[in-house]
Amino acid sequence: MTVQSQVVGDDLLLHDLEEEAHHDDGSMTTLGFWIYLMSDCILFSAIFATFAVLHNNTAGGPDAKSLFSLPYAAVETGCLLLSSLTYGMAMLAMQRDAKAQVVRWLGVTLLLGAGFMTLEIHEFMDLIAQGAGPDRSAFLSSFFTLVGTHGLHVLSGMVWMVVLITHVLRRGLTPENRTRLMCLSLFWHFLDIVWIGVFTLVYLSGVAA
Amino acid sequence: MDGSTPHGHGGHDAAHAESGGHISLQAYMIGFTLSVILTAAAFGLVMAGVMPASTAIPVAFALGAVQMAVHVVCFLHLTPGSAKSWNGVAFLFTVVVVAILVGGSLWVMYNLNYNMMPGA
Repeated sequence: MTVQSQVVGDDLLLHDLEEEAHHDDGSMTTLGFWIYLMSDCILFSAIFATFAVLHNNTAGGPDAKSLFSLPYAAVETGCLLLSSLTYGMAMLAMQRDAKAQVVRWLGVTLLLGAGFMTLEIHEFMDLIAQGAGPDRSAFLSSFFTLVGTHGLHVLSGMVWMVVLITHVLRRGLTPENRTRLMCLSLFWHFLDIVWIGVFTLVYLSGVAA
Repeated sequence: MDGSTPHGHGGHDAAHAESGGHISLQAYMIGFTLSVILTAAAFGLVMAGVMPASTAIPVAFALGAVQMAVHVVCFLHLTPGSAKSWNGVAFLFTVVVVAILVGGSLWVMYNLNYNMMPGA
């Protein structure tokens, strides 16, 4: 109760200070988005737990060692890691009010995201062509669920990025657009953190075992 | 009850910092360099096959955990000091839930497998 009234209290205060309303509204939006990310984190942990439980249930089919290539996973990882840095560059450009640079860095980030998605879709098609699709075994079902859910998040992030590039080009670095860029920044870095879990659990420990 | 006021204010300030101007190039460069080193170490360790799997897997997980912490601090800009903010409290709560969920699932399923073994 106390916690809730504190939030409401803060919120009322923000509305009283009209001059600062935009900025403070932005920070509440960022906090709200952060809470969403935390719930997404719990969703991912459920899928991670499922994969961890099922990774040995290959039903006589291929296992991680025979299916996955570490150099391939390393290139995917490189794309995502680099895209986290380039998104950071976009945020730094935003702080300097350099609109053109924000758009340019977001473009580079988008390309790296597209590179990652291309590699991942190629990997999925390749596995399905080999007869190692999600219907082959519990191990592969949980693999496609985990990596596919992450991939769908990256794809959503890319769609969001295209929308934001359009917003920034048309309206500039308005307070609303800054808040949106901040939220996407959190989302994009969060996906990179989830990927660390994926390559460690799925690829590295799968191939090492 | 007493803690609610500083918590609320902390959350406010941290949220300010999040959308404000406290992001530095230095944080990104340190974060990126460390994460490249940690990723390369984890992949190199497994690809070179210098250790038996029973050692390599825990080491890879440890490297992954360190890398996650580096990303949280350098890219999400959450520091040990943010424990007082709403972001920090939500984050710590999530870490606890994730630990219970993943740890609990593995524990329960391991015991289930063990007890269901034929001839056990």
